[in-house]
Amino acid sequence: MTLRVTNTAKTYPDGTKALLPTELSVAKGEIVSLLGPSGCGKTTLLRIIAGLETPDAGSEIWFGNDNVTSLPVERRKVGMVFQSYALFPNMSVRANVGYGLKMQKLPKDEIESRVTEVLELCQLQEFSGRAIDALSGGQRQRVALARAIAPRPRMLLLDEPLSALDAALREALRDELAMLLREFHITAIFVTHDQDEAMAIADRVAVMSHGHVVQSGTPEELYRNPNSPFVAGFVGNAMRLEGKVAGSTLHLDGGELALPRDGTGHNVFVRAEDVQIDTEGPLNGKVESVTFFGTHYRVGISGIMTDVLTSTYAGQNAPKVGERVEVSIKPEALMLLPEGAEI
Amino acid sequence: MFKSKTKLLQLIVTLSACAFLLIPTIMSVMAGLTANYFKGISSGLTLKWVFQVWELYADSIFLSLWLAIACLIVTLIVGLPAAYGLARHPGWLSRLLEEFISLPLAVPGLAIALALLQLYGSMKGFRASWAFILVGHVLYTLPFMVRSILAVLAAIDLKTLEEGAASLGASPWQRFRDIVVPNAMPGILAGALTVVTLSIGEFNITWMLHTPYLKTLPVGLADSYASMRLEVASAYTLVFFILIVPLLMAMQWASARAQRKTK
Ligand SMILES: Nc1ncnc2c1ncn2[C@@H]1O[C@H](COP(=O)(O)OP(=O)(O)OP(=O)(O)O)[C@@H](O)[C@H]1O
Ligand SMILES: [Mg+2]
Repeated sequence: MTLRVTNTAKTYPDGTKALLPTELSVAKGEIVSLLGPSGCGKTTLLRIIAGLETPDAGSEIWFGNDNVTSLPVERRKVGMVFQSYALFPNMSVRANVGYGLKMQKLPKDEIESRVTEVLELCQLQEFSGRAIDALSGGQRQRVALARAIAPRPRMLLLDEPLSALDAALREALRDELAMLLREFHITAIFVTHDQDEAMAIADRVAVMSHGHVVQSGTPEELYRNPNSPFVAGFVGNAMRLEGKVAGSTLHLDGGELALPRDGTGHNVFVRAEDVQIDTEGPLNGKVESVTFFGTHYRVGISGIMTDVLTSTYAGQNAPKVGERVEVSIKPEALMLLPEGAEI
Repeated sequence: MFKSKTKLLQLIVTLSACAFLLIPTIMSVMAGLTANYFKGISSGLTLKWVFQVWELYADSIFLSLWLAIACLIVTLIVGLPAAYGLARHPGWLSRLLEEFISLPLAVPGLAIALALLQLYGSMKGFRASWAFILVGHVLYTLPFMVRSILAVLAAIDLKTLEEGAASLGASPWQRFRDIVVPNAMPGILAGALTVVTLSIGEFNITWMLHTPYLKTLPVGLADSYASMRLEVASAYTLVFFILIVPLLMAMQWASARAQRKTK
């Protein structure tokens, strides 16, 4: 089922404009991530799609050819995975997963067989009789997912499904979740403020800021062609090179850089992995800090611009603090974004 | 040395407090079982007085039990939705309402009874029926029911649980039945036992509201002390204990369970 959200906004009773008029469409079977910093309105948008929040007048939500704007949540046939999972403590794992099917008034034996099928898919067979408070965080997360998909919803909505887990488990479950979502062949929207999570799971990412969707595209598109400094910074931590642009040259404190095209009226951004320590490089600076990350070093270099410029260094013998180094940046790695496009 | 001395002191204080509470109880129970209290135990033990109490006051015992059950039903029907509403809509208005419901706890029973008499005293049929006493009991016990359920509901994320059920297709009534009530159960149980115990033991309001034909257990007790042999009144106390002590113990157990749930 395709989802179309048009002109949808939300003003809370206290006057907070949590969501400004927003357009969003999600194709059948597509997995879309809403990515953005805390408080930007991701949960609000997701809850409006679910029917848990009433949008402002003029908003429209379409599930395929049905206008569901005024339909309450219980009649929208969406599956929802909550941040806190919201599993029913008064029911076993099995009863939790079967609850949606029971609400559809399916015959008992059909409920049984479908619950068993979903439990198997989510590798929960051995826990089926357990109480909810006898499960680990990761297991609860899987039960929440199983409960949401068991009634075969038209769409799956997930609000930060991994954020209640600790970092190590989160990474492992991230790939598992991506795999499961693909197996379900279901249209899914999931909210996160973690760019790695968004990139790993989603076909398409909608980046949000201050109640707006600022850019939406495949992870690669967002990474390579951000349309604003905000997206460049939020997706892949791009740094602004503070210098003077003259034609297709950028003048920095530590030297000059060739730009890929005329950069007049633009700011220049670069990512740490594109900043290379290279004896032939045109820029010159001093090593301020070296941090070891296992697969690479993070080297902070001063003297090239006012702020410290960060470079990732993958080699064996990293430069020492205090050394002077040459730095090069390939013109195609530089991102030119119009000035004043701050969001 | 010092340590064991304080231990000893503690033991003495505890034991004397127990004795202070227990000895009158035992005396009273014994009085109800001796043939002649003024001659002492030597006059022999008997169940005569207990049977006499049963003959004289069986009606009071049943009236109290029915009242307690009716009171429980009414407080459940009113209290459960009220607690649910208060839990789902936290805010200053809810706090105010909660305080308002709890007002009968602070007002002396006498004042409540007088207010009820002033308001309904002229409605003869109602004034003389057991429903009149029931109203007093409900007013007095309702806050215990509401607060007990509210404490359990406040400890769980009811809103999100209900949203979860709604997203699975449950209507408001189904959510109430499948999610709210089962999760509130420890509070409902603790509240129910409190209501029954309080209703059976209530004296202040009931004494003001009762008629000669409608005496509850505690009112009958006062009556028996005023007008019967001491042995009969003491046997009455024994009967009262037998009814109320198991209820008290069940109440302790249920509220401990409810408290565990709220942690
Ligand atoms: N019930 C409410 N009443 C008033 N304001 C609210 C309410 N819920 C959310 N807001 C405000 O709306 C804005 C957006 O909130 P929302 O929960 O959608 O953010 P979010 O992007 O999900 O953030 P996070 O990543 O922290 O979950 C915030 O400024 C928040 O304070
Ligand atoms: Mg959120």
